[in-house]
Order: sequence, then structure tokens, then C-alpha cells
Amino acid sequence: MNMHSNGQKHTIGVVVENRPGVLSRVAGLFSGRGFNIECLTVAETIDPGQSRITLVTSGDQQVLEQIVKQLNKLINVIKVIDFREMEFVNREMALIKVRADQQTRAEILRIVDIFRAKVVDVSPHFYTIEVTGDDGKIAAILELLGQLGITEVARTGKVAMARAKKH
Amino acid sequence: MKLKGAQIFFECLQKEGVEVIFGFPGGAVIDIYHELPKYDIRHILVRHEQGAAHMADGYARATGKVGVCLVTSGPGATNTVTGIATAYMDSVPMVIFTGQVPTALIGNDAFQEVDIVGISRPCTKHNYLVKHVDDLATVIKEAFFLARTGRPGPVLVDLPKDVLGAQIEFRYPKKVELKGYRPTLDAHLGQIKRAHQAIKKSKRPVIYAGGGVIIAEAGEELARFAELIQAPVTTTLMGLGSFPAMLEDPTGRKELNPWWLGMLGMHGTFRANMAVSNADLLIAVGARFDDRVTGKVSGFAPKAKIIHVDVDPTSISKNVVVDIPIVGDCKNALQKLIQVCEKEPLEDIEQARSAWMEQIRQWRETYPLAYKQEGDIIKPQYVVEKLYELCNGNAIVTTEVGQNQMWAAQYFHFNKPRTLLTSGGLGTMGYGLPAAIGAQVAFPDRLVIDIAGDGSIQMNIQELITAVCNCLPVKVAILNNRYLGMVRQWQELFYDKNYCATCLDAAPDFVKLADAYGAVGLRATRAEEVEPVIREAFSIKKPVLMEFVVAQEEGVYPMVPAGKNISEMLLV
Repeated sequence: MNMHSNGQKHTIGVVVENRPGVLSRVAGLFSGRGFNIECLTVAETIDPGQSRITLVTSGDQQVLEQIVKQLNKLINVIKVIDFREMEFVNREMALIKVRADQQTRAEILRIVDIFRAKVVDVSPHFYTIEVTGDDGKIAAILELLGQLGITEVARTGKVAMARAKKH
Repeated sequence: MKLKGAQIFFECLQKEGVEVIFGFPGGAVIDIYHELPKYDIRHILVRHEQGAAHMADGYARATGKVGVCLVTSGPGATNTVTGIATAYMDSVPMVIFTGQVPTALIGNDAFQEVDIVGISRPCTKHNYLVKHVDDLATVIKEAFFLARTGRPGPVLVDLPKDVLGAQIEFRYPKKVELKGYRPTLDAHLGQIKRAHQAIKKSKRPVIYAGGGVIIAEAGEELARFAELIQAPVTTTLMGLGSFPAMLEDPTGRKELNPWWLGMLGMHGTFRANMAVSNADLLIAVGARFDDRVTGKVSGFAPKAKIIHVDVDPTSISKNVVVDIPIVGDCKNALQKLIQVCEKEPLEDIEQARSAWMEQIRQWRETYPLAYKQEGDIIKPQYVVEKLYELCNGNAIVTTEVGQNQMWAAQYFHFNKPRTLLTSGGLGTMGYGLPAAIGAQVAFPDRLVIDIAGDGSIQMNIQELITAVCNCLPVKVAILNNRYLGMVRQWQELFYDKNYCATCLDAAPDFVKLADAYGAVGLRATRAEEVEPVIREAFSIKKPVLMEFVVAQEEGVYPMVPAGKNISEMLLV
């Protein structure tokens, strides 16, 4: 999960056969060839025989090209979606547990409201908040809530999809 | 009729046309061995599973067929890993069957259990764990299909013991359905035309061919293409034999093919490395710009536009940025290149190339490959030259790894594909003897020579008994310099002659060793004994171990120091 100094972040979608061991083939490819994985999500698609992996990696153009080619070379990989070539939407969900006492509760709820987030669990001293958005939005709410005392964060990692053609 | 998994195994192998398997039994695969006598498939019992993998590899490289090996679970499986990685690096079609503990015990750290699918994942083209006997036939069919198509490679199939014992109605699938596997074989015509334009503009072209030409059986096309565009040819270690090094005139006299540059790279010829360094067009065919070829990447073919033909898209622009990529089977691409070149021939081609070919001739004459055989002490290069001469080049040569391998590449002239079997990518010491045995199994009547070093040969010497008891008359030529010679050479040149851990003065008596195994041992200690020893070895219809006690500190030259441009060679 280390940041590569040269090169920007890049999102890739990988449609794979839904079989045991496929994820380790993909992950092994990255570790074995020294590519970075910033984050990775995987779940079944509408076809139970297929899963979709979304991963964020980094590197220069030559490295990214190798990553795409190497993914395509895996036998269990059905399709690689290279988001460099298209407009796409991406979202991530985060659960954030934040300290909530009498002084801060109102402020937290205001932030939740602004970000169109949700409070999904309440206890005497904590709120757990669910928020969905792109990188920027998640980073922004983490920063604001961070000032109030976050105790735990769980993020799903990014999922991405190409925008449908307008015409 | 219902069949057991172990029977289905053999039914599938028969459908795939398997003639021989190289194997070693164990608890997890006894079911298979129990059925073996009922089937018309030859089994070569090895003495170490690494030997089985290399034999299957040698068999595959010599024939182009899929090599098959069969081993048990745990240590049986892990012992094949070096052999699998060797085959993977050199794109050799192989299917490795490993036994596995019963499915109910998988993950329990059972006796002789190992996660071989996990271990072999990075060094196989693909691998399988068969969890249900229902999947067995499909998996075996897919394994053979994957091993031999596209860019070939080893495929491992892990077989739990209960799957081999379970029964099911046997049906062999008619075709393979793999959604994620569609190798591009057909070269794109647009790219072929762009290549043709580049060829037309070029004044100093060089063809750089690799093992892909041999795998695609495209040697004839390569020669025709080179002739059409009048370009000299260099090959990688893996490409040796794809282009004839020697030409024979009608009287039978042999001379060096003027279009042949020799091998390029770290121990390439002066002319090959200079030609590549000065070319204005480099046409790479089935080669992958390995670091032993390119030296310092930024200084490789610095003046050249690069065309790259390869069946594996990941090989293109991996190390060196390519101007005109052509993804496809080498034979297909060369045929198309030939077509466009024939349709639109290059004008005054011979005149256009005369200055370039004259330059190459000069390079060849300035620094030919050379050594001096003076006095009694045997030069290793002399042994290799004599081996070539005395069989008239009609042999399948395997090598170990190190100096022996490089001298074989430099001084044995390879004229036909599949005559040099060597571990190019992984550089596996101990490859040569079992690979020679595998090749000899495929071609019992041909002369098969393992050119070995005294270090490497000891890494799989146990397979000598496999050769003896199967009447496989391989000839092993040990160039014994009492050193791990290649490492010693690096120590000499770059590590202040600190010969740490490279001296092999304590060695077995190879002649007695051969005798102990039931092979024939011969020794030459003086130059004049070399020829008689080789003649005698070639006349014996048994495995022969020839020991040539050679000059201790002979080096392999030219040599490009690591990290240097390939034009910066150390010349003797």
C-alpha cells in the first residue's frame, strides 16, 4: 500500500471469473511485479459467475500499461476496464466512529447534514456515521470530524463505473 | 461406464496424445500409478522430481509437444518448482500433475501437504486445484490447451487423492471454453504496413530474433524475410538455431553464414553488439529485451527505430519503448511481412545494403570470437569446437548454466531450431542432464550432448541412473575447470579476485562416478586427448560422461559488464 513517488493514482476495473483463488492471482501479480495497490474492492456482479474488482494503483504511463496488459494476461480475467480512456464516476463508503458529547453533538449532526451522510449507530459517547462519496468528499469529512475526535474509520475502497454514452 | 479419477487421468492423457510422462510416485498419487500399467503410456522413473520437470521440459523443447510430469504431494511437488520456473521463463509447454492430500484434509497441515497451487502461482501460466472429479476432464483439457497455445508455458494441476479415487461417467469435453483467454495470433495488417514503410526507409537494419521464432516454427520464414530485406540476423541465446549459423556449399564445405551476426548481449559477438548499437532499424521477433541482451537499457540500439513482433503483449514496451508493436504469432507476422515485401520489393536493395554489410564484415574481422589452443592444457572452447566438428553439427545440445553454457552458445554452430536446449531465462544449473534425457526419450536415435560444467553437473547427477536404466545414450561433456567458473570470472573482474566459495577442488572422480552408475566414463587431460575421447564417446551406445580437465581460469569473452552499454565490451 506504499505510495509511489513518480506517477499519479489510477483506477482500473477488472471483471474476473468468480472462483476461489482469483483474487490472490490479481493481488499476487501486483506484489510479484512490484506494482502498487492503493486500494482494492471486490464483489459479485449481476452474473454470479463473475466478480468485479476495482483497484486504485499508481505509476507512470509505462507502468500502468504493463499493469493493464499483465491483468489481461491472467487466464481468469475476463475484462480490464482502463479508466484512463473514459469518463467515469467513482464512489467510496466510509464508516466513521466519532466521539460525541454534549458540546459536539450538534456540530457533528450539522456536518453529517452538509455531507448528506447518515448516523447509523448512536451510543452515549459515540456516533457512527456512514458517508458515501468520491475521494475529495471522504477526505473533507474526515478532516472536519477529525477535529472533533475520530476513534475508528472503516472504508470500503473505491468502486468505479464508466459514464454511459450521452447520445 | 463409470471410471475412477485415476483412470480418467489416463483417458485424458491419451486423448491429448501423450506418449510419455516423467514421474516419481508417492502416497498421494499411488492411485494413478496403480492404473499406469493398463495404459499405453511410457513412464520414465526419475530419481528426483526436479529431474522429472527438466526432462519434461527437454522433451517439450526438442519436439514442440507438451511435456508431462507427475509427482506426489508435498516435497514431490515443491521439488518440481525450479523446473516449473525454468519452463515458465523460457515459455515451454508443460503440464505438471501433482498429488494432493484428500480434499477433507486440505488446509490441515496434513502429512506431505503443501499449497502447491499457491507456491507455483507466479511461475506457471495457470494452475488448478481439482476439487471434484466432475471437473477433472475439463481441467486436464484446459491445462493442455493453455500450455501449448498463445505464449506457451507450464500449467500445474493439483490432484487430491480422493478425487483420483472417486468415480464418474467419463466424458471428454469437445472444446475448451475460457472466457478470459484469447491470445492474439493474427498480426494486424496496418502495423505490418507501418513496419514495411520503416524497412523501406532503413539503411542499417538488424533482425533480432528470439525463442519465439523457434516456438512458432518460423525459422524458414525468418530466413526468407532476412533475405528479402537483406538484413543481418542476430539472435538471443533462446533464438540460437532459428537462423543457420553455417552455410554449406554444394561440395559440402561449410562456412559462416555472412548474414549471421552471432548471439548478442552480455556474451554476444562483437559484430552483433556493434551492429545493434549502430542500426537505424531493429526488428525484434519473438524476443523480449531481457537485461542480459540489452545491457544498459538507455544505451540499447540508441539510433534505431524498433519494430517488435511478439505473441505476448506484455513483452512489448516492457523494458524498451517500441515504435511499431506487432502483437501476433511470429510465423503469422513474418508471413505477412514477407507478403508485403514481395509485393513491393525494395529497390536496389543489394546496393543499398552494401556499405552496412561491409561495416559488419569489418567488425567480424576485427574481433572474431577467438581463443588460443596452445600446449597441453585444454581450452574449453576447443572442446566445444571439437564436439561440433566431430558430429558435423548433427546433435541436440543441452547445457548447464554458466561458462559452459556461453561457450556452447558461442562455439557450437546451431543451424536448426530445437537443437539447443538451455535454461535462458531462469539460468538453472542442473538443467542440462535431465533435459538431455528428455530429448533423448523423444529422439532415441539422435546424438544428444549435454555440455556441462563440473559445478552444474553435480546438481542433478542422480539422473545418470535414469539414463542408464532406460538405455538413453546421452553424452555429457564436463568442462572441468575446478571452479564455479562464471562466478569466478565476475570475482576476477569486479571483486578483486576474491574467489570466495567458487573453488571446487574437492570433486568426485567423474570417471569412477560414471562407472558406479553403470555409464561409461572417459577423461581427457591433454589437448591431444580431446578428439579421441569425443570419438570414442560418440561411438558408444550407452550414456557417457566425458571429463575434460580444462584451463582453470579461462574467461568468457566478449563480456559486457553489468549496467554498461552493449557496445562497451571487454574483449579478452
